[in-house]
Amino acid sequence: MVEEESLRVVRCGGSELNFRRAVFSADSKYVFCVSGDFIKVYSTATEECVHILQGHRNLVTGIQLNPKNHLQLYSCSFDGMIKLWDYTDGILIKTFIVGCKLHALFTLDCAEDSVFVTINKEKPDVFQLVSVKLPKSSSQEVEAKELSFVLDYINQSPKCIAFGNEGEYVAAVRDFYLSVYFFKKKTTSRFTLSSSRNKKHAKNNFTCVACHPKEDCIATGHRDGKIRLWRNFDDEKKYTYTCLHWHHDLVMDLAFSVTGSSLLSGGRESVLVEWREAAEKNKEFLPRLGATIEHISVSPAGDLFCTSHSDNKMIIIHRNLEASAVIQGLVKDRNIFTGLMIDPRTKALVLNGKPGHLQFYSLQSDKQLYNLDIIQQEYISDYGLIQIELTKAAFGCYGNWLATVEQRQEKETELELQMKLWTYNKKTQGFVLNTKVNMPHEDHITALCFCNAEKSENPTLVTTSKDGHFKVWILTDDSDIYKKAVGWTCDFVGSYHKYQATNCCFSEDGSLLAVSFEEIVTIWDSETWELKCTFCQRAGKIRHLCFGRLTCSKYLLGATENGILCCWNLLSCALEWSAKLNVRVMEPDPNSENIAAISQSSMGSDLFVFRPSEPRPLYIQKNISREEVQWGVFVPRDVPESFTSEAYQWLNRSQFYFLTKSQSLLTFSMQSPEEKLTPTSKQLLAEETLPTTPFYFILGKHRQQQQDDKLNEALENELVQLPLTENIPAISELLHTPAHVLPSASFLCSMFVNSLLLSKETKSAEEIPDDVSMEEEKESVDSDEENNFTEEVQDTNNTDLGKDIIHQLSKSEEKELRKFRKVDYSWITAP
Amino acid sequence: MAGYKPVAIQAYPVLGEKITQDTLYWNNYKTPVQIKEFGAVSKVDFSLQPPYNYAVTASSRIHIYGRYSQEPIKTFSRFKDTAYCATFRQDGKLLVAGSEDGGIQLFDISGRAPLRQFEGHTKAVHTVDFTADKYHVVSGADDYTVKLWDIPNSKEILTFKEHSDYVRCGCASKLNPDLFVTGSYDHTVKMFDARTNQSVISVEHGQPVESVLLFPSGGLLVSAGGRYIKVWDMLKGGQLLVSLKNHHKTVTCLCLSSSGQRLLSGSLDRKVKVYSTSSYKVVHSFDYAASILSLALAHEDETIVVGMTNGILSVKHRKSEAKKDSLPRRRRPAYRTFIKGKNYMKQQDDILINRPSKKHLELYDRDLKNFRISKALDRVLEPSCAIKTPEITVSIIKELNRRGVLANALAGRDEKEISRVLNFLIRNLSQPRFAPVLINAAEIIIA
Repeated sequence: MVEEESLRVVRCGGSELNFRRAVFSADSKYVFCVSGDFIKVYSTATEECVHILQGHRNLVTGIQLNPKNHLQLYSCSFDGMIKLWDYTDGILIKTFIVGCKLHALFTLDCAEDSVFVTINKEKPDVFQLVSVKLPKSSSQEVEAKELSFVLDYINQSPKCIAFGNEGEYVAAVRDFYLSVYFFKKKTTSRFTLSSSRNKKHAKNNFTCVACHPKEDCIATGHRDGKIRLWRNFDDEKKYTYTCLHWHHDLVMDLAFSVTGSSLLSGGRESVLVEWREAAEKNKEFLPRLGATIEHISVSPAGDLFCTSHSDNKMIIIHRNLEASAVIQGLVKDRNIFTGLMIDPRTKALVLNGKPGHLQFYSLQSDKQLYNLDIIQQEYISDYGLIQIELTKAAFGCYGNWLATVEQRQEKETELELQMKLWTYNKKTQGFVLNTKVNMPHEDHITALCFCNAEKSENPTLVTTSKDGHFKVWILTDDSDIYKKAVGWTCDFVGSYHKYQATNCCFSEDGSLLAVSFEEIVTIWDSETWELKCTFCQRAGKIRHLCFGRLTCSKYLLGATENGILCCWNLLSCALEWSAKLNVRVMEPDPNSENIAAISQSSMGSDLFVFRPSEPRPLYIQKNISREEVQWGVFVPRDVPESFTSEAYQWLNRSQFYFLTKSQSLLTFSMQSPEEKLTPTSKQLLAEETLPTTPFYFILGKHRQQQQDDKLNEALENELVQLPLTENIPAISELLHTPAHVLPSASFLCSMFVNSLLLSKETKSAEEIPDDVSMEEEKESVDSDEENNFTEEVQDTNNTDLGKDIIHQLSKSEEKELRKFRKVDYSWITAP
Repeated sequence: MAGYKPVAIQAYPVLGEKITQDTLYWNNYKTPVQIKEFGAVSKVDFSLQPPYNYAVTASSRIHIYGRYSQEPIKTFSRFKDTAYCATFRQDGKLLVAGSEDGGIQLFDISGRAPLRQFEGHTKAVHTVDFTADKYHVVSGADDYTVKLWDIPNSKEILTFKEHSDYVRCGCASKLNPDLFVTGSYDHTVKMFDARTNQSVISVEHGQPVESVLLFPSGGLLVSAGGRYIKVWDMLKGGQLLVSLKNHHKTVTCLCLSSSGQRLLSGSLDRKVKVYSTSSYKVVHSFDYAASILSLALAHEDETIVVGMTNGILSVKHRKSEAKKDSLPRRRRPAYRTFIKGKNYMKQQDDILINRPSKKHLELYDRDLKNFRISKALDRVLEPSCAIKTPEITVSIIKELNRRGVLANALAGRDEKEISRVLNFLIRNLSQPRFAPVLINAAEIIIA
């Protein structure tokens, strides 16, 4: 563990994958996408993230393959740098410093040593396309200041610029005109749509542009859903265009296939349309892609397409319009009504996902585990439609039950409300609808909570509503001689002086239920549903309510809208303490007495961690975020940390995540971000994705033999010192942690195998630096055919450095173990 | 990618009795045929052999009815006093009956005069039965005795005097020729073994026992008396398995369905109740006009015959299922067209491409999938759908409203079509469950 530095707020995963067009590698094995400050490299076959290229200090805005070397990738960023990467190894090769904000990046085969970038010079809305000459130099960081201007007053989005016919011209669109710059003639032609002069129904703004790879043909997409194909544009008088119309809403992106025989278009309908031979009647569809298509890209090999969607998803599509892989990040383009929850089974973060869905998002692997379709209705994506919203959800009984509430309100008086209760099915490993309750209340449901007490034999759910009632729902036996069945029925309806019920909360042991009615908190006995006592502070409506836990279970906390935090003692039925704090989020830690409260002030959001027993906070972190924090949640740690410092002890058992208004998911961390990444599994994946060609078989065998020989040699020399399994922390953790809190087996497997590797700690200190780089190099090329050669080189190196025999051993050992890794583990993860 | 999601049809709870497979089964009888007898019908017994005739004991007569006949095909009326408990032998050739004067008469079905007469009881014989070997008759009488008779020489073999009150019901085991059970007004049910000259098991019912029934396996005994029906496990030496109290008045008769899965009981409260023999829960019940004294089920539950105190015999026949099949069926493609290519085994270098299984969609769903909104609305407004299942129509209207195209779907209709919409609205607008959706639709039409 690193020594405890100050606690920092870090962004944790869930960055946008759909910010820019994805780029395929030349062999279509990898697909790259920008993701916040990083570039992610995904395998197209396994959907797994293979590398994360990090180095930019701001949002990455464009990536392109190096036209001269297909194993290299250019990227540009807001931080004014263009970086060249080796994506197979994830290594930064070069950095070119341009110095101004770069908005988009383009490369051309014919433009030898220059790339094109979009910059904005003077005014905030005026963008220019410039070409940047990349100086040839051997140093790592080069200044590239030689900019030559190409086009002015263009659109910021890279979708609005396209290079055509092997770089003879560049087409850019903005508002109502298309401008084409010819590199040879160095002239710009500008074409305007005739009807655009009539400003009244000017809906035919240009939205995107694509150029035919072989012919002189430009395709433009428009806001009214039309696609225009421009020809003869080298003559400003004789140009013609034809129109293709299928989309009924704006065309989000266009792409020509590699041969130019077909044109792909997509839009808000979430249907990928393929226009064959640019004819209106020859079209193919791939419908129901789930969300608006933001970008379309085509692999240079021509066998794959990739669509990026507004719900933070990329779909790899086969040439025959068959979706083959889905890379799904955290869906973030919608309002989060349900708040953050933790699925007690998978420990996944659960929140609103796609329209009508709950998403289960793994915090560890930054990946969406699955989507649960709650509303189960066809999603119609028309703008202005009032959709059914999933407003509330809660887990109960150790993840055995899930309650969801959906609503749709078209007019003031017409409210459609539905509550659904889902049971976890062990066979299918998913949630199955059990009970559907129409109009459980007459008005909006404000809160729902399960009784999660250990001893409670009968699952109980409480809902509170603006109609002034709270209802208690219990699970009842609905079975007869024909079938076994359980269902939920209403057991009790309570109210208090016709006030709106705003919040509810069960005590830890389930014996008491607290329901807040506007300013008043009522305590009910959960056995008899009798009103026990009421608390009233006259300090505004109660916004949050929660019981203390463990040793503090005699306290009840309530936060009001007027910015008062109250703590009542349930034994004396009196106010214990109160504090002035404008609480936005109040979350109890399930593993300790601690409660986290986030308050909102004009400066930003502040975090307070306290125990109900005393009004003094344990920990304060000011200004955790500029924005308003909307939701927060404690996530139990799989392995408890051991912070010794008193201020950080609240993070020992659980980690705190919170979501701001702009929907960035943040957490607290003391580690540097590099440490958090576990690159082990990724290299594994890269190796696995290699096809088993006959060549590989021959070479593989040869290699194996070699390794065996080496191993035997080693065995003769000295006995292998296998580490004692008891001493390895990873194994002891594995064995001593209860099975239900362990992460998935696939995650553990690589950790476990790694733990069996002999540690390299035996190395002397001065050897370490160059050794590590060698090691890396070796691992990355390990599966390459030229491996034999490098290995030999390495061996000689090793002897030169005077390595002792034990290190040699560990190397061969490592190889041996890597062979084991190649063994198919899929049976572990198979459902 | 996810396929089209069909419209969720709002299901509404059906009021009244829950429809189960039992209610369907037991309601699938025609309206009863009523036959007037001369007195209270004390016993109905079906022959186990085809043509499954049944003997009805009422007053001093025994009538034999054919399966569908309303008139008796045969009558035995040689009784000086009331006859009791006319019972067929297992082969359906002989019939035995007790009588008020203490005599027992054995008839050949084809003959008229009694074949044998067993004299020995001093009081009315209310129960007689054939043993499993067909050559003996068991009888119980009001003189508290139970006697075993030999048919060939019409001799009394054994007499059991263990009961201390009238013996009113009895039943012989169907498997063991030596075992039989009798129930008496002394509240006990006794199982006798002809080999030991005494009762082997005696159970205390608690009420005067009106009827006993042995399960075909002989392992379970059912006794009825008072308001109670009790089930006893004979293999555990007469342990009480379950006690049922579902009738309001004395239970008078018991009967098993042909499958043995259901137990029927008739009572003076004019009800017949059907129990499941696995859970002993009431799964169905019938109402009759008068107190029920006797009950019998024909082979395969084809007929239910109930005899009542007012002398009415109610006969219910099962509805024939052949009727549905009488329509000439369209010739369907041969079996081989369905399996064509399905049994092809994958060769080594073949690539298997699975065609995604097609999900069945309702016609309106198909229209909605292709955005044919007016057509979808037309389809659910057709009388067959709009009258029978208005909830589907309402759900489609709701869905169109959700999609924001309800006004478009309602637009451009001629007089005939709009009147159809209006008729539907008028018919269903008053129903509170449909009102919110339909008021909205009505507003669009008016506007």
